Amino acid sequence: MAVWDVLVAGGGNAALCAAIAARRAGRSVLVLEKAPKFYRGGNTRHTRNMRCAHDTATGTLTGPYTGDEFMEDLLRVTSGNTDEALSRMMIDRSYEMLDWIQQQGVRFQPSLGGTLSLGRTNSFFLGGGRSMLNALYRTAEGLGVEIRYEHEVTEVEIDGPSFRAATVTTPAGTTWIEARSLIAASGGFQADIDWLKQGWGDRAENFLIRGTPYNKGSLTRALIDSGVRQIGDATQCHAVAIDARAPQFDGGIITRLDCVVFGIVVNKHAKRFYDEGEDIWPKRYAIWGRLVADQPDQIAWILFDAPNLEKFMPSLFPPVEAGSIAELAQKLSLDPAQLVETVETFNASVIGGKPFNHVEPDGNRTEGLSPEKSNWAQRIETAPFYAYPVRPGITFTYLGVRVDDRARMVMQDGQPAENMFAAGEIMAGNVLGQGYAAGIGMTIGAVFGRLAGEGAATHVA
Amino acid sequence: MSHSTPALTEADRLMTVCNSCRYCEGLCAVFPAMELKRSFSDGDLNHLANLCHNCGACYHDCQFTPPHEFAVNVPGTLAQVRAESYAHYAWPKAARPLFARHGTALAIGMTLVTALFILGLVAANEPGALLTAHLDDARFYALLPHEAMVALFGAAFLWMLLAVFMGARAFWRDTGTPQTELRDHTQATLDAARLRYLDGGGMGCFNEDDQPTDRRRLWHHFTFYGFLLCLGATSLATVYHYVFGWEAPYTWHSGPALLGIAGGIGLVIGPLGLLSAKRARMQELGAVGFRGMEVGFILMLLITGASGLALRVLGETALLGPLLALHLGAVLTFFLSMPYGKFVHGLYRYLALSRHARDMRIALAPKR
Repeated sequence: MAVWDVLVAGGGNAALCAAIAARRAGRSVLVLEKAPKFYRGGNTRHTRNMRCAHDTATGTLTGPYTGDEFMEDLLRVTSGNTDEALSRMMIDRSYEMLDWIQQQGVRFQPSLGGTLSLGRTNSFFLGGGRSMLNALYRTAEGLGVEIRYEHEVTEVEIDGPSFRAATVTTPAGTTWIEARSLIAASGGFQADIDWLKQGWGDRAENFLIRGTPYNKGSLTRALIDSGVRQIGDATQCHAVAIDARAPQFDGGIITRLDCVVFGIVVNKHAKRFYDEGEDIWPKRYAIWGRLVADQPDQIAWILFDAPNLEKFMPSLFPPVEAGSIAELAQKLSLDPAQLVETVETFNASVIGGKPFNHVEPDGNRTEGLSPEKSNWAQRIETAPFYAYPVRPGITFTYLGVRVDDRARMVMQDGQPAENMFAAGEIMAGNVLGQGYAAGIGMTIGAVFGRLAGEGAATHVA
Repeated sequence: MSHSTPALTEADRLMTVCNSCRYCEGLCAVFPAMELKRSFSDGDLNHLANLCHNCGACYHDCQFTPPHEFAVNVPGTLAQVRAESYAHYAWPKAARPLFARHGTALAIGMTLVTALFILGLVAANEPGALLTAHLDDARFYALLPHEAMVALFGAAFLWMLLAVFMGARAFWRDTGTPQTELRDHTQATLDAARLRYLDGGGMGCFNEDDQPTDRRRLWHHFTFYGFLLCLGATSLATVYHYVFGWEAPYTWHSGPALLGIAGGIGLVIGPLGLLSAKRARMQELGAVGFRGMEVGFILMLLITGASGLALRVLGETALLGPLLALHLGAVLTFFLSMPYGKFVHGLYRYLALSRHARDMRIALAPKR
């Protein structure tokens, strides 16, 4: 085809929702995915759920989760650092998304074993993110969307507020593809360590990337360099603490550790550095990546004792085990005397006495420590003792392109682009100035993806 | 935990990966069963392997399948463990390697040898009967007296029952001799009869590629219910013979004949479908080194079904003798090979489903 109606850059949830929406409106659609087929879809292949507002319980959701409550959660996790009007629009549209996405072949199930706390708010994909992605691909291909793998958009030709064509790098060389509209849904740039270093400095050398090595943000950079307004800065991202033994890329969900609340977390000096009992785990899950990033050498260890070993979801690597705290310190190459002192001081400060309940703040706290542990404080006293080494695990970055409430990119001069749209991680910074709430990345991708696809289709008509 | 074979060791590694992920738990029974444990004995892994129906959905849904460095291939690994489990539990021990690797050759060879033996037996006693039996009132029994047939097949059948029972007992003990109740068996029977877990979690199964277009469930229904109908035909004929004194041959509209015809059709269509699905199947999803056993079993069913149907159609011609010899050879071989080949998959899967029904019932019971 000489000139495509809609060119979609990217191959994940946002890209496919956009492609399907545009194709259903009758447009010719070309999807360019940088990764080879197996790794298609970026972080979507590692996801497991999507956060959508709903007024009643459903077959797979245990209760209502209204738009207002969704908005409150978003304001809390971002500390208000969000485009409120845009986020409100997204949340309102997320109501319809539960049905729409299922009409595209995606299947839901009740929340997974070990994730009960999300059973009311988040819709889990039957078979996980890759199953969800496969369904979207089958639907898109069935509708006549053309998909090309190992095709990366590296440059864009923009005339004022208007997209003309893209330079596409493939294993066979560089090609030039013209289209009447562009939808940028090519993810974050978290796999480009050099770019991360612009925000984080050398600390980024010690970061682990939870998704594929393909998300390098070449299109994001090309767009910003061509006059599209940037949103966010290079330090903002969804980062959690994951097992330090994970591979540098694509370790996915199985390297996450849900056990901070059951013990203490120490840095390489064998000292505690943050309140491990601040709030219930799902709400604080997303802060520990940044906390560990701020520690020397970007490493920390979660310590706990025998009774807690099976209270949380298992993960890929076994914990380091030892018969005493001093022995554990040796195995972890920490100063044994300091670690023993840290644990003993912690143990001596525990004011227990209330029933331990990790599902809600249980009031078991310490007194006299800095920092305190304000809930779930229990003495670490029963051998064997265990530790997991953790490092920051970057899920995706927030620096991207500014969009308006129709998913159109906003140009440097503040005017909306004529035929350029963005969806997913590449514009997540509009909604997430900081922080994260489980499943919201998929909401951003699906809602803005659909909006972008429909918008592009309308523009081309 | 250390394991006795490389396949079991790999299965254990995968269960650690899968237990940390759990994305597939809605697809079938294997993953919820896995979630009940954090360490796995050989018997636990053999249980999970026999619970797996090899629908292939988790292979395509998994973000860690090869070429990913975690190299997760649950259906392929469990297929290997499962195939090895048939040999592992087979009784007597000496028969274990028999069908595992050379099943097809053995099945066809034994059928022909047995058929020739029967032909030889007949030729030695009553040479003329071979080509004229269809004119004789006694038909089959003109070739081989009823008593001889009963003695031969009865003995083979009883041996088969004993050997199959011994294997199943070993399997059951190894998975911990779970205390199942009647309701668990009702659930397992329903799950097995519908092949509940051969549907990719509702989307359909996978066979040759990543499209859920597989028809194995249909072919298996043809095969399994065809087999049951044939068993019904034989059982009804036995009742006719001993209870009512009505001796074969039976006309085409008699009970045993109608059951046999319907069953025979199933045993031709089903195995042909299964064979063609097996040819097209993605190699990654199957066991290595057991193709003979798997194909041999399907071929035995096909030969049994086709020769039985042929007997019905061509029973009035001079082909009756050779066809009967072939059919009897196939049935006898089938009986003798049952404890050592793919046949046991049905029994072990049923037992695994029973244990699963019981395990889930206990796991989901309200805690006091």
